[in-house]
Amino acid sequence: MNNPTPDRDVARDVILDISHIDVVFPTPKGSFQALADVDLQIRQGEFISIIGHSGCGKSTVLNAVAGLTETARGGVILNGREVDRPGPERAMVFQNHSLLPWLTAFENVALAVRQVFGKTKSKAKQKEWIEHNLRLVHMDHAMHKRPDEISGGMKQRVGIARALAMQPDILLLDEPFGALDALTRSSLQDSLMEIKAELDNTVIMVTHDVDEAVLLSDRIVMMTNGPAATVGEILDVPLPHPRERMALVEDPTYVHCRSEVLRFLYEKQRKVEAIGRHNGKSAARAGDDAKVA
Amino acid sequence: MGKTITLSRATGVSSLPAPVRRVMSIGLKNVVVPLLGIVLFLGAWSLAARNIDTSLGQFPGPATVAQQFVSLYDEHRAEREKAEAFYERQEQRNAERVAQDPSYEPKIRDYTGKETFFDQVRTSLITVMCGFLLAALVAIPFGIAIGLSETLYTAVNPVIQVLKPISPLAWLPLVTMVVSALYVSEDPLVPKSFLNSMITVTLCCLWPMLINTAVGVASISQDLVNVSRVLSLPPLTHVRRIVLPAAVPAIFTGMRLSIGIAWMVLIAAEMLAQNPGLGKFVWDEFQNGSSESLGRILTAAIVIGFIGFLLDRGMLTLQRFVSWDRNSATR
Repeated sequence: MNNPTPDRDVARDVILDISHIDVVFPTPKGSFQALADVDLQIRQGEFISIIGHSGCGKSTVLNAVAGLTETARGGVILNGREVDRPGPERAMVFQNHSLLPWLTAFENVALAVRQVFGKTKSKAKQKEWIEHNLRLVHMDHAMHKRPDEISGGMKQRVGIARALAMQPDILLLDEPFGALDALTRSSLQDSLMEIKAELDNTVIMVTHDVDEAVLLSDRIVMMTNGPAATVGEILDVPLPHPRERMALVEDPTYVHCRSEVLRFLYEKQRKVEAIGRHNGKSAARAGDDAKVA
Repeated sequence: MGKTITLSRATGVSSLPAPVRRVMSIGLKNVVVPLLGIVLFLGAWSLAARNIDTSLGQFPGPATVAQQFVSLYDEHRAEREKAEAFYERQEQRNAERVAQDPSYEPKIRDYTGKETFFDQVRTSLITVMCGFLLAALVAIPFGIAIGLSETLYTAVNPVIQVLKPISPLAWLPLVTMVVSALYVSEDPLVPKSFLNSMITVTLCCLWPMLINTAVGVASISQDLVNVSRVLSLPPLTHVRRIVLPAAVPAIFTGMRLSIGIAWMVLIAAEMLAQNPGLGKFVWDEFQNGSSESLGRILTAAIVIGFIGFLLDRGMLTLQRFVSWDRNSATR
């Protein structure tokens, strides 16, 4: 996994196959095709980022994998079985944490653990497992606090702990750090790399942060602009793990990958309206206004 | 109250330590200012009362009301003593009869004295609580159901919208007739009049709870629903662990509206139907038309207001205790 081969036809390690999916949303003005023929294979232990302009449907890809959005054509195959509904083996970390506000951090994770391991783990083992996962995200010191008592970054940590505690086959992150300030974001990215190194999860992350994508991913999937968005290019990031943020800043591979993504976003898939209106600077972190899902 | 005493004795306020000053400023805001408002109101009332002459004498001022309250309490004590004396005599008589004739089955009769003001308050409180609880028992589960199902909501919404504004005075005759027709029992568990009042209260305070519960459930964040879907929670667990807690603030808003309506409706129903309770007390005094009547009615009105206030505060306290959303329970 440290050196992912670009050979996408090798099917033996493929854990998740997003096979030629179309997603169509009914709207009052008729149907809207969000995705057209999105095709993507993901190997065990791979970290994939999906990047694209706002509204291109990158979250829709994630929702289709999660089973929260139905596909009009094609399908999602996980471990050889087609996915037709949501399930804890595809745990999702939502952009706005989505913790239940009436439960403490511990109880939020416990809800997931009870649902997934209620029959297989004893009460004591469950408690241990909850605490273990909160420790992984460095939230063991505040595990009996409720979401309104902790910061945004801490909430997102608990959200990650909840997803990890389901012991998913694949971890889905929907712009997990999009709502956080830059410093908190880096610290969470470091935590995520730490966890990835320890657990070797398979991860799909939707992001619109180019640096985040290059820093974390093995491959970056760049989406074309919607409607009928699809996979534009896939970029391999052949940087060895573990990666060190500061050391990478001047690394030629890193710089190259970064400029490849930027070139795709700003030259090949220039988003005319967004750039015109916001003077070009905020397209990479444009708001959620045009988001499809 | 200790705070106000400190305040009145304080001469060199600035020389006091900061925490004491802070407590004093809170005391000033929370005790002195409301007290000032009450005093001003009493003054205006007393001034106005002095200038209103009715056929039953002068309109009662604060002093008359206070006096009437005391006299109502004395009547209550006297009535209680009479009742105790009655039961004592009855017991004694029965004991004597049994001593003379061991085969005698002692008869125990209830005391049939007139209901005092405080008895009426108690009756009203019991009725309003029963009516409210019955309404909550119906409205909350049903509200959850229509909040979860858009189809069900669309089906029942027109009916709810039409039933909601019906006045208790219109329900009352219908309820009375239906209760008389259906509630036929040799030895009724509760009196018919109690049922009439209670069901009228239920019918009127059902709607705010129903609608608020439905809206609370329907407006649950899609993200939380997605969490539940990813976890594959079974439907009942979904309702219990996600939907119900998420709707608790809205449910309590409905409950507070409902308890206020319930109390207002009850007084009107008791008055109109001559069912025992505070409403009947007011009506009886009005019919009585003695020189004391107005004072007693006003006393009753103030007690009604106080009880309504306490019911609302009680609901608020319960909400603070139960609800996770501290912001929704501030006033």
